[in-house]
Amino acid sequence: MSTLRHFKVWRGDEGGGQLEDFKVEVNEGEVVLDVIHRLQATQTPDLAVRWNCKAGKCGSCSMEINGVPQLGCMTRMSTFAPDETVSVTPLRAFPVIRDLVTDVSYNYEKARELPAFAPPEGLAPGQYRMRQVDVERSQEFRKCIECFLCQDTCHVLRDHEENKPVFAGPRFFIRAAELDMHPLDAKTDRKNYAHEEQGLGYCNITKCCTEVCPEHIKITDNAIIPMKERVVDNTYDPLVWLGRKIFRREGMAAQVSAPPPPGVGHPTPSRVASPPRLGVLALPADVVWHRPEPASQAAEVGADGKLPITEVTFDRAGAASPFGDSVAFPLPPDSLTYQHPTTED
Amino acid sequence: MTEHVHRYGYDVVVIGAGGAGLRAAIEARLAGKKTAVISKSLFGKAHTVMAEGGAAAAMGNVNSKDNWMVHFRDTMRGGKFLNNFRMAELHAREAPDRIWELETYGALFDRTKDGKISQRNFGGHEYPRLAHVGDRTGLELIRTLQQKIVSLQQADHEVYGDYDARLRVFDECTITELMLDRAGKPGEGGGRIAGAFGYNRESGEFLLFETPTVVLATGGVGKSYKVTSNSWEYTGDGHALALRAGATLINMEFLQFHPTGMVWPPSVKGILVTESVRGDGGVLRNTKGVRFMFDYVPDVFRTQYAETEAEADRWYTDPDNNRRPPELLPRDEVARAINAEVKAGRGTEAGGVYLDVSTRMKPEVITKRLPSMYHQFKELADVDITAQPMEVGPTCHYVMGGVEVDADTAATTVVRGLFAAGEVSGGMHGSNRLGGNSLSDLLVFGKRAGEYAAQYLDDLGGTAPEVARADVDAAVRTALTPLQHSGGENPYAVWHELQQVMQDLVGIIRRRQELEDSLKRLADLKERAANVTATGGRRYNPGWHLALDLRNMLVVSECTARAALEREESRGGHTREDFPKMDPTWRKVNLVCSLINGELKLTTQPLPRMRPELLALFDRTELAKYLTEEELADADAMVAGRGDT
Repeated sequence: MSTLRHFKVWRGDEGGGQLEDFKVEVNEGEVVLDVIHRLQATQTPDLAVRWNCKAGKCGSCSMEINGVPQLGCMTRMSTFAPDETVSVTPLRAFPVIRDLVTDVSYNYEKARELPAFAPPEGLAPGQYRMRQVDVERSQEFRKCIECFLCQDTCHVLRDHEENKPVFAGPRFFIRAAELDMHPLDAKTDRKNYAHEEQGLGYCNITKCCTEVCPEHIKITDNAIIPMKERVVDNTYDPLVWLGRKIFRREGMAAQVSAPPPPGVGHPTPSRVASPPRLGVLALPADVVWHRPEPASQAAEVGADGKLPITEVTFDRAGAASPFGDSVAFPLPPDSLTYQHPTTED
Repeated sequence: MTEHVHRYGYDVVVIGAGGAGLRAAIEARLAGKKTAVISKSLFGKAHTVMAEGGAAAAMGNVNSKDNWMVHFRDTMRGGKFLNNFRMAELHAREAPDRIWELETYGALFDRTKDGKISQRNFGGHEYPRLAHVGDRTGLELIRTLQQKIVSLQQADHEVYGDYDARLRVFDECTITELMLDRAGKPGEGGGRIAGAFGYNRESGEFLLFETPTVVLATGGVGKSYKVTSNSWEYTGDGHALALRAGATLINMEFLQFHPTGMVWPPSVKGILVTESVRGDGGVLRNTKGVRFMFDYVPDVFRTQYAETEAEADRWYTDPDNNRRPPELLPRDEVARAINAEVKAGRGTEAGGVYLDVSTRMKPEVITKRLPSMYHQFKELADVDITAQPMEVGPTCHYVMGGVEVDADTAATTVVRGLFAAGEVSGGMHGSNRLGGNSLSDLLVFGKRAGEYAAQYLDDLGGTAPEVARADVDAAVRTALTPLQHSGGENPYAVWHELQQVMQDLVGIIRRRQELEDSLKRLADLKERAANVTATGGRRYNPGWHLALDLRNMLVVSECTARAALEREESRGGHTREDFPKMDPTWRKVNLVCSLINGELKLTTQPLPRMRPELLALFDRTELAKYLTEEELADADAMVAGRGDT
């Protein structure tokens, strides 16, 4: 049973284009990609469209159908009203090459930046042992067919070309999460990478990516939120923060051994001058008597001329430290203005 | 020539970015060669993603009795002994290592209870053998290899500051011609690869790769058929490139068809309907509503199959006291019956018959027994199989035939510097491929192709072959022809007709008369294809791309038709209605296609002889099914001789 339907298809290239009207035959049971193919075969042989498997497995035929990012091969004509006009446009988040084909190379660049799987040392091929329940968490993200619909719909990227250099997008958050949850990946800082290099912080979990995912991957719930939570735990939780400052861990050395920031002024004499005992003529060489004083930490005055008064508006969690927030406690003993008391027997 | 051609220099150029191509590229890069991968689609979209079942490798994780010898035996049986035994042997021996290696690249297969890679049962495999990830094993494979390539590029970035320094993927590019060194003459055993010419699909710009080695990994030929499970890329490019460069194809008559693939609606055309649908009570009817399988029970099966619908229906609940319904005949009988009904005019407009479960079982039973089928058709086509019959017919799935290569090195036997791996190569699967052997084939021979391409380069020394200017000019002219013609036919029209010819005349069941007809029709189409017109410009113009692919589809289709006409027996993926039996004398030879001055030539060539220790893996009674009396006596002597030493 075939009917004549009205299609609007965007045609053009990077220089511009417009929606063109087509009357095209549509048969029962067809999907939008079938109709695009019929247009190619009967009216516009040069209409550019990407496609491969036509079974929802390769993620090539991503397009926007009536404004919604979808796979052309998975969008049935029967989901539209019988007389509804169907508009087909290229993915908006990526530059157009021609007609429905866009330049998605941004995604491949981001894929390259993300550190690859690091095989565990000391395990030969064939010796890998993992439990099914452990691999399943990563397997969910490995279902991804790289259709990039999540990238297209993400409001951080859509219409925000300027965010692309610093934001990798949902596709690569699930890749980071996948590797983070991989039972044998030897790299341990995937979450921090997502936070520091991929721009995880830009995401404000509107779940648009999850909605458009043809593989029904729970991008937001199972990848982004768990990573955000753990990044927050690591970076902002006051207890973790304090704990890290107090119990220095291996691998945190870089942070801790950083030289104290240049301070302003000099130590107050009263605190320095626990007066040397009489009879002790020389000061020990290893005591720093002029330890720079840390800058006092003050919040910046905002554009409205006001100071941030709550954690919500302040750029750090918790109250400001009177010692400056980059001073780690306990301080390294060799930088203290302190002479250990000794008694003369 | 005023056309600008972008030139690139590489050590190894891999054409095709599916499993075999990526594996070959990884190996070549690991051997220190500067490598390019040419992908017709975007990186990571290759047809490999469609493979569902798994990758066969005798790791023995589920049943410890499994080993490479059992796998080898299964593979030879599946291919009806027409396989290149050495390829089957290497494949069975090396598949486990290739799978384990993937884990070091980050692959996550399903696990057994003790944490090893799980393995599932599959038709034709004696033990559970297929490593799998749910029903998306192909996707896992392609993604893993893709990510390994990225990790190699990251390593290069560290050293050279450029991701593409030693390994570059050219996505959305098509190679139209291989370039040979003029020092050797193509077709006369002297050809030597000097480069590859093609175009970028996005920009339409021409590309010339100057390289002494080319690895073909372009996959299959299914797009020459109207109903196929293959993606649009499967236009036989590698087969045709090899032929035109002077290499040979073997076993082109063997194509794997599935008797019941969906033929309508178009959104699910080509998707396979599992055979268990018939086992669960699905029946076949023609457009007259007749359950026609009762008319197609061969005499040899007569006593085992029901003669009335009533008896057949009773079998589902009481198989001990009733004979089986004829829908459960072997698949080639079912295919033959469907084929006959359609040709007698009792098929649907789309060329199929009805497979009905809706009137046979309650909806809740269907959704419980066939959940994935139900969801697949509901989601993709809005076909409710609990309420309406499915429209099914033969579907083209895989080509066993391909470029003739040396088993160990994957190098073509005629053109030096040309390698082939994966579906585009021939011999490994003989006349029929076992499920699961395709993914492992890609890995085993992909790696070998990359490895030996690198070795070829090392042996080449300082004498780099050169691309002749005139060849490039000729390739540019050929590529531009469809754009410069005016008033010619729409390439889509010629393509659709080719698909119809192949589907009807060189399909799942073949006859002399039809094959002869097909050759005439193909000759016509060849002329028409030479005159097609592609409207529009060169930027991402699918009409133009199709016009260029048509040439490949036509020559490969001709190979299949010619070889199918020649082989007067039925074996594996080649069924001749006029020669329904397997004939041991035909087992002794491969049919070899070559292109001499534009004309296709078909010759026969004896199969390599299996080594005695491999022969000894089979029962004598089994060998007797495949070998001639003479060969059998030889085999006995060989096996006995081995016993003495």
